[in-house]
Amino acid sequence: MAAEPIIRLTGITKTYKAGELEVHALVDVTMTVEKGEMVAIMGPSGSGKSTLMNVLGCLDQPTRGSYLFEGREVATLPKGALSALRLSAFGFIFQGFQLIARTSALDNVALPLVYADVPAAERRQRAKEALARVGLAGREDHTSAQLSGGQQQRVAIARALVNSPRLILADEPTGALDTRTSVEVLGLVQSLHRSGITVVMVTHEPDIAAYADRLVVVRDGRILSDEKQAPHDAVADLAAMSDKAA
Amino acid sequence: MSGLVSIALLAFGALRRNLMRSLLTSLGVIIGVGALIVTVASGEGSKAILQEQLATLGTNLLIVLPGSSTLGGARGGPGTGKPLTHADFLAIGKESSAARYAAPVDRTVVQVVLDNQNWLTTVYGSTPDFFAIREWTIARGRFFNDSEADSGAKVCVLGQTVATQLFGAGEPLGQVVRVRAMPCQVVGVLMSKGQSSQGQDQDDLVVTPWVTFKSRMMSQDRIHVGSILVSATSPDEVAHAQMQVVGVLRQQHRLSDGQLDDFTVRNLADLAATQEKAADAQTGMLRNVAAVSLLVGGIGIMNIMLVSVTERTREIGIRLAIGASENKVLLQFLVEAVVLSAAGGLIGIALGIAGALTLASVMGWPFVVSPLWISVAFGISMAIGVIFGFYPARKAARMNPIDALRFE
Repeated sequence: MAAEPIIRLTGITKTYKAGELEVHALVDVTMTVEKGEMVAIMGPSGSGKSTLMNVLGCLDQPTRGSYLFEGREVATLPKGALSALRLSAFGFIFQGFQLIARTSALDNVALPLVYADVPAAERRQRAKEALARVGLAGREDHTSAQLSGGQQQRVAIARALVNSPRLILADEPTGALDTRTSVEVLGLVQSLHRSGITVVMVTHEPDIAAYADRLVVVRDGRILSDEKQAPHDAVADLAAMSDKAA
Repeated sequence: MSGLVSIALLAFGALRRNLMRSLLTSLGVIIGVGALIVTVASGEGSKAILQEQLATLGTNLLIVLPGSSTLGGARGGPGTGKPLTHADFLAIGKESSAARYAAPVDRTVVQVVLDNQNWLTTVYGSTPDFFAIREWTIARGRFFNDSEADSGAKVCVLGQTVATQLFGAGEPLGQVVRVRAMPCQVVGVLMSKGQSSQGQDQDDLVVTPWVTFKSRMMSQDRIHVGSILVSATSPDEVAHAQMQVVGVLRQQHRLSDGQLDDFTVRNLADLAATQEKAADAQTGMLRNVAAVSLLVGGIGIMNIMLVSVTERTREIGIRLAIGASENKVLLQFLVEAVVLSAAGGLIGIALGIAGALTLASVMGWPFVVSPLWISVAFGISMAIGVIFGFYPARKAARMNPIDALRFE
């Protein structure tokens, strides 16, 4: 008997009302994500992939269906319990970095720990470690304005992993980055995945989805295809890029 | 607890990022609290000086004046009716239990002469109790005593002004001055009381024993008394004493139940109450002004907090999305509002105290700002932050993180 999957969606439907019109963002979605997988959810804009992401991240609740996270039903949990779950189990990498302006990298990374009531000294220590892990040691006091796009995304990744999450959700993690920086960031995500964290990544670019070991294609609120794939290795790709440049 | 401190630090950080705006936002509370402190200080200061002035008249004081007469429809002032008598004075002293002291007082304005110096002043004839009732203290020498008062000894006590005018820097004690035709020996000089609330020089007087005064200056009339001063045993007893004095005098004057009093008893407490009421009305009005500016200050804080919440929608979205509970976001914004208003309160208190000090030195008031009012002002400013910060903070806490993150 296989271990309980980290995510089990059954018949998830999400319907928005836009005036008279009913928009079916998700229609009867059923899927599971095993612990330790790296899944890319791909689809064009309006396909429902963002809604799926929000449901998976407990930022949004489905209209119908069941969502078991680590075997626990969360589709019907109250808001407060969802907040607590996000704080303790999830790490978010949002589209467009979403760092707090005019605030140091260290304080940005430490933010989830503030809300988790971690003592100040420990917060500093853990935030520093997280920044070192994404290669930003020594830049703790830089604010977003003093960091490049790639560096800002690294800060965002550090923030996502500072609370030792079991699931990292990345929404277009390379959206605003050039190719090389994108691959660097994906290398980082892959390294997190290799350390045992389950990763779900939403993107509309096949090039980016190629770095996941499973590809789920979404269209019109339904799952079109769901296949395992041999992922690209970001580290190798980076090396190749450097060779070409040289 | 450490959680609360961390949330408070987040709030401080947010305010520091917008320091100028934070200061301007606090301005309403700064002005309101400052005005409140100045108002209260000026109210308490003017009241203190009023009480000081009333105290120089003698506390618990009742003044008994003869009644007025009505002649052909024209009513005369005090003294035109039935006069008070020495017997009235004795009766009050004997029968009114709520009266600690009673003293007959007659006075006249005369020239007082020493060698080639002279000075026009008011000479009072009274008993030693006069000094106690009017709360005079002696600067040099002594008051005249009971035996001197009873025997009509030719002694007198000078007010500071008279002593200075006649003797300059010289020694008045033991010297003989001429009061109208009567030579009398100076036995004491009174401690200065300064000006009265009406601007009169209270030290411009000479006091002689009542018997001496009546024998030497009032052609031997030892029956009638110009007025009688009565001092109640305590401030609470003033009304009681007044009732007793009225009772005694009605009996003395053989007035039947239907007849009106043929004398007047004035109560300084009434006078004090009237003046205090006027002062209170004034401070009350100023306090309303302070309250209005505090209200405006609170609305200003709410306004800026709402702007701030809208501006920081994405930041709030981030906080909520990574798992901040609604309560913690609410708390953070509430703390921001309270810090704004409490900081405004502290600055306002400092400015208010500075203003009150300036006002006190300009107006010659004593500087009175009670710690009670300072804590009240601080409490009010904190409360303003909570009251006017709550709605914006709740708005922040109830945001939908998905929409907030997408906010441009």
